[in-house]
Amino acid sequence: MARSTALAPAPERRAAATAAAGARPPTDRATRVVGAVFRGHSALIYLFLYVPIALVILFSFNAGDFAGELRGLSLRWYGEAFGDRFVMKALQTSLIVAFASATLATAFGTIAALALQRVPPALRAVYDGLTYIAIVIPGIVIGIASLVFFVNAFDWFNPLVGSLWPGSLGEAPVLNLGIPTVIGAHVLFTMAIVIVLVRARLAGMDRTLVEASYDLFATPWRTFIQVTLPQLAPAMLAGYLLSFVFSFDEYVIASFVKGQDTTLPILVFSQIHRPPVTPKINAIGTVILTISLSALFIVQLIYRRQTRQARALAEAAAAAEA
Amino acid sequence: MAGQSQERTGQTDVEFRSVTKRFGAVVAVDDVDLRIRAGSFYSLLGPSGCGKTTSLRMIAGFEDPTAGEIFIGGEPVLGVPPYRRQVNTVFQHYALFPHMDVGRNVGYGLRQRRVPREEQERRVQEALDLVRLSAYGRRRVWELSGGQQQRVALARALINHPTVLLLDEPLGALDLKLRKEMQLELKALQHQVGITFVYVTHDQEEAITMSDRIAVMRDGRIQQEGTPTELYDEPANRFVASFLGQSNFFEGELLEDGELAGVRTARGLILWGRRPGSREPLAAGSRATVAIRPERISLAGDPPADAAVDRETATLPGRVLQGTYLGDQSEYQIETDALGPLMVRSINSEGLPAAHFGAGAAVRVAWRARSSLVLGI
Ligand SMILES: Nc1ncnc2c1ncn2[C@@H]1O[C@H](COP(=O)(O)OP(=O)(O)OP(=O)(O)O)[C@@H](O)[C@H]1O
Ligand SMILES: [Mg+2]
Repeated sequence: MARSTALAPAPERRAAATAAAGARPPTDRATRVVGAVFRGHSALIYLFLYVPIALVILFSFNAGDFAGELRGLSLRWYGEAFGDRFVMKALQTSLIVAFASATLATAFGTIAALALQRVPPALRAVYDGLTYIAIVIPGIVIGIASLVFFVNAFDWFNPLVGSLWPGSLGEAPVLNLGIPTVIGAHVLFTMAIVIVLVRARLAGMDRTLVEASYDLFATPWRTFIQVTLPQLAPAMLAGYLLSFVFSFDEYVIASFVKGQDTTLPILVFSQIHRPPVTPKINAIGTVILTISLSALFIVQLIYRRQTRQARALAEAAAAAEA
Repeated sequence: MAGQSQERTGQTDVEFRSVTKRFGAVVAVDDVDLRIRAGSFYSLLGPSGCGKTTSLRMIAGFEDPTAGEIFIGGEPVLGVPPYRRQVNTVFQHYALFPHMDVGRNVGYGLRQRRVPREEQERRVQEALDLVRLSAYGRRRVWELSGGQQQRVALARALINHPTVLLLDEPLGALDLKLRKEMQLELKALQHQVGITFVYVTHDQEEAITMSDRIAVMRDGRIQQEGTPTELYDEPANRFVASFLGQSNFFEGELLEDGELAGVRTARGLILWGRRPGSREPLAAGSRATVAIRPERISLAGDPPADAAVDRETATLPGRVLQGTYLGDQSEYQIETDALGPLMVRSINSEGLPAAHFGAGAAVRVAWRARSSLVLGI
């Protein structure tokens, strides 16, 4: 994800490179200088982006007591982090939230994407617009909106349940802010990610595959299970992992609707405000980073594989046609 | 399976009764009647957009006719969904399932019908043997060449022993050489399995090579139906004559209709020609066209002084505009005063230079009146 070119299939990158090389004008001194300046510039940009992150990782292995100075390397602070009850509790909360919201987002997002296939085109364009908006709406807006919604809903719902609840069953349940509300608020935008990915896959899917399945005696339901779903699986998995990543390290929305529960990013943020800041923070940060990067790496693999297959099929067809 | 085809000969496998299909304002298929005999290789031939695919899709059940009735094996199929029809399709771009290997693709239909596992395995292997891909069961479909994918698609359909196999330009994506090979292979295969093939193509040569019968379509209507020979030798109208093979056409006014008919052409010459067996009647005085196949015209090096035309033969003086030597044959553009330009093809039974006329050569152009046809416009 670091370099956007990493997403492009390898041969295209190569083709682009050779095309650029072929198109390069005869080199004089000026163009060489300009080239050097551009190369230096991009190197600086990436340094600027990644040096702080590299430092966070480096300092997580600090043997010393303070986040500010490096005194030898050790895994000490990882031990401290994993031994900290509050950290482990927050990690657990974050994992629950991430797994649950990714699962719900994938299920509902896929269903929504399939349903959108059957919506008239004009209306579909409107829904597509709304989907993209849901992705870019600032977290703070989702946070406030979710908070207002949940508080109002609970204010209305809890007394109602309380008044209807038969006393013989004991205390009436009271809905409150907490893990479920964080999950709900996260699903709002992670679902949009899944919709976009699955819609793209559906659009690229060969419609005649479904007809071929009908033609070979498969009922619509069996066709859905045996043809449509496997075709969508890569997009669903990618959507699941991206949702997981976004939800796992999401801070702003969670801080609004978390109630008494604490997620890992919120814990980290609160600890930074309580000196002394120890490299434990770095260790936690590195763990978060590792989890996120692993998920993104898998997404990459999925898309690589998919484009490779698509290319192989296309090449066979092209070779036959040539 | 060969025996099966014998029993079913004479039966009709697919029948259209006044079938019409409209897409909004477009009439894709217009009041078509069709009878396709069991066990035959039947082609739907016509230019792009004439309604071939639509007809096939109505047999498969992907489209319902706007009007009319369709019968498969004598049963009306209106409202029967595709997955309950005893027909299978070979799609133009094969539509193989990319997430399954070759064997699972081929066995797909059997799995849907819950055929016992051992039988599935046996029949998959048989089907792969049939298309000469015995060792390819475990391959991924996207690792195959176009021709191999085509054969997998064929095996996937044939394994189900359908009543009718539908093929929509299955060779369209193959190169010329492979195409020729597959034409012969398909024809042999059809003979072997004895299943009715309904074959869609816009390639007249392909249709003539492979088919028992051909329906020539245009603008959603069937222009003529018959064996390849009938269509070539007895085209019902000018469209069919021009679509199958090549012809010289000379328009004019019909003098009299009959087994032999005369037409006064634009430059006043009266040409005589045979009327086809399946002729649409023409009124004297109406517009008609004389069609002469280029290979039915003979050339000789002794030009007559004048055009001589009667009910037996036509003989004209002409001049070669262009002669193309193609080895086994030569193709000529000839200019004649009496009729204008015309195309002639002659077999080179002797080599150069004896057989070939160069540009500018004065020639005698002749044909028998019975070799030409008088058709409606
Ligand atoms: N789903 C559809 N919606 C609207 N019009 C259609 C549809 N399918 C076919 N048509 C129209 O019906 C006519 C016949 O189409 P069809 O696909 O049957 O032609 P074809 O003979 O198979 O042509 P080709 O050789 O190009 O495949 C065309 O004018 C086409 O545009
Ligand atoms: Mg077609």
